[in-house]
Amino acid sequence: MRKLLKRRKRFSWGWFFTYALMLLLVCFTSLPLVYLCVTAFKPLDELFLYPPRFMVKNPTLNNFFDLFTTMDSTVVPFTRYIFNSVFTTLATVLSAVFICSMGAYAIEKLSLPGGKIIFNIVVYALMFSAPAAQIPIFIAVSRMGMIDTYWSLIIPNLAVPMYFFLFKQFISDIPQPLMESAVIDGAGPFARYFYVVLPLIKPAVATVSVFAFISNWNNSGGAMVYITSQAMKTLPYAVASISDGSIARAGAGAAAVFLTTLPTVLYYLIQQKKVISTMAYAGIKG
Amino acid sequence: MMRMKSRHAERVAGYLMLAPFLLLFAIFVVVPVFYSMIMSFTHYNIIEPMRYAGFVNYIELFTNDSLFLTALGNTIRFAIIAGPVGFLSSFFFAWIINQLRFKTAFSLAFYAPSITSGVAISVVWMYLFSSDRYGLINSLLTKLSIISSPILWTKDPTFIMPVIIIISLWMSMGSGFLTNLAGLASINQEIYEAGRIDGIKNRFMELWHLTLPLMKPYLLFNAIMSTVNALNMNDIAVTVAGFPSPDYAAHTIVAHMNDFAFTRFELGYASAIAFVLFLLNFCLGRVFMKLLGSKDE
Repeated sequence: MRKLLKRRKRFSWGWFFTYALMLLLVCFTSLPLVYLCVTAFKPLDELFLYPPRFMVKNPTLNNFFDLFTTMDSTVVPFTRYIFNSVFTTLATVLSAVFICSMGAYAIEKLSLPGGKIIFNIVVYALMFSAPAAQIPIFIAVSRMGMIDTYWSLIIPNLAVPMYFFLFKQFISDIPQPLMESAVIDGAGPFARYFYVVLPLIKPAVATVSVFAFISNWNNSGGAMVYITSQAMKTLPYAVASISDGSIARAGAGAAAVFLTTLPTVLYYLIQQKKVISTMAYAGIKG
Repeated sequence: MMRMKSRHAERVAGYLMLAPFLLLFAIFVVVPVFYSMIMSFTHYNIIEPMRYAGFVNYIELFTNDSLFLTALGNTIRFAIIAGPVGFLSSFFFAWIINQLRFKTAFSLAFYAPSITSGVAISVVWMYLFSSDRYGLINSLLTKLSIISSPILWTKDPTFIMPVIIIISLWMSMGSGFLTNLAGLASINQEIYEAGRIDGIKNRFMELWHLTLPLMKPYLLFNAIMSTVNALNMNDIAVTVAGFPSPDYAAHTIVAHMNDFAFTRFELGYASAIAFVLFLLNFCLGRVFMKLLGSKDE
């Protein structure tokens, strides 16, 4: 490790060009994020400028003040939407990571009869997307009495084939001797999952939780179909209703989009730090 | 005897640990999939009761629906480029960023298009590919006097697909990129030390002899995900070219399916399209599993 760092420190044209090229590329990929920030600080006349200008000329905080006054005038307090989103997203992320990783572990490390078939079905299910499949999902949600409850925004989003598949690939890399020595130490199947497997697949946990966070945080479909009362709706709905076509509120809308994107960025940074810190001390393979 | 008993207990525990996933998976994934497979053999429009139709939907699809064949062609054309290029570049850039300093910052900037809302992205590409002379690319090309009049990037059928491919490559670095970063992080660094003793001289030898073989499980995952994403692409096409797109140049299988499901309410027919799409995915998926699968797949 020390040797690696030493090699990196030395200046070389190869690295110089790599950094330069990556910086250029990253400028390009980060444009949407930059745009979101910049737009939130644009005064109203700059928002409707034609031809559009990317950067802001006279930055202002007015959009945020507008947003807070709009938020004050809603029937349902805005904090309620924030709570709804935070609660359902975190509950979904935590449960999905737990349920999928535990199932993947059971199939990969406990040699269950039929495990391979189940895994293949999961992978093939990943490949199937059909609008008509929405009908039985809706029927299931309503039969289970979950309409207009938080459950409808959590339960249908837990068993995601993609997460299961990803966990299974990471768990398959844990060396068998390590698992066996845990058995010899007297660890039961659940203890091995909790104390051996979970710490070793931290990068996978972080990655899946980022996927789950982003998709549930931004998901407006579930709340649109299953939630009928205003007080149970989530942030994407609230944000969309702020600007809602009215020009005067476009600034408030831009500020709202910016503020709702921030948690995703923060969540990403927190989780990605975990991935990198895993790398710093040791990986599992080899 | 003791051993047998504990083995039995292990299995029971295993099934119990699998049970929550399996139950939810059955209710919210397997049943809906079978439901729509069955539906593909019927006529169903939500209002009237379902009528058995045999293979009529499938026959119609391949003999009487030229637009479907256009969509099939477009989707395959898109997937052939966007699939492999997306797969390779998501590995390549993860590999590079993993060796840089300020990894987290680089990875965030790289992953930004997947984090931000669709609005931000569509505004940014609009800024680049706008069809009037204010579009960044048009104004650049005009200044360099490569073109004399602005190119209609999103309206001219010859340019629509290339533009969609560029935008989606830029956007869909997403899941593959993050999975690769996580995969690279779980490689034991001592392996590289050992490799150097065994005569591995440079980064590219390291990559070929050590990193790539160790990344195989993640590469399989990414290959399948990038195939699925490429074959299911539609959102970007609709945002770029609208629906219906000029000359149906951006008409994809999913666009065709959604059209029948949500505007014509012919759910039987839409389900048949979904099944054909699944078969396409399935065949490619089998190939990747053969190529990249480990001993047990």
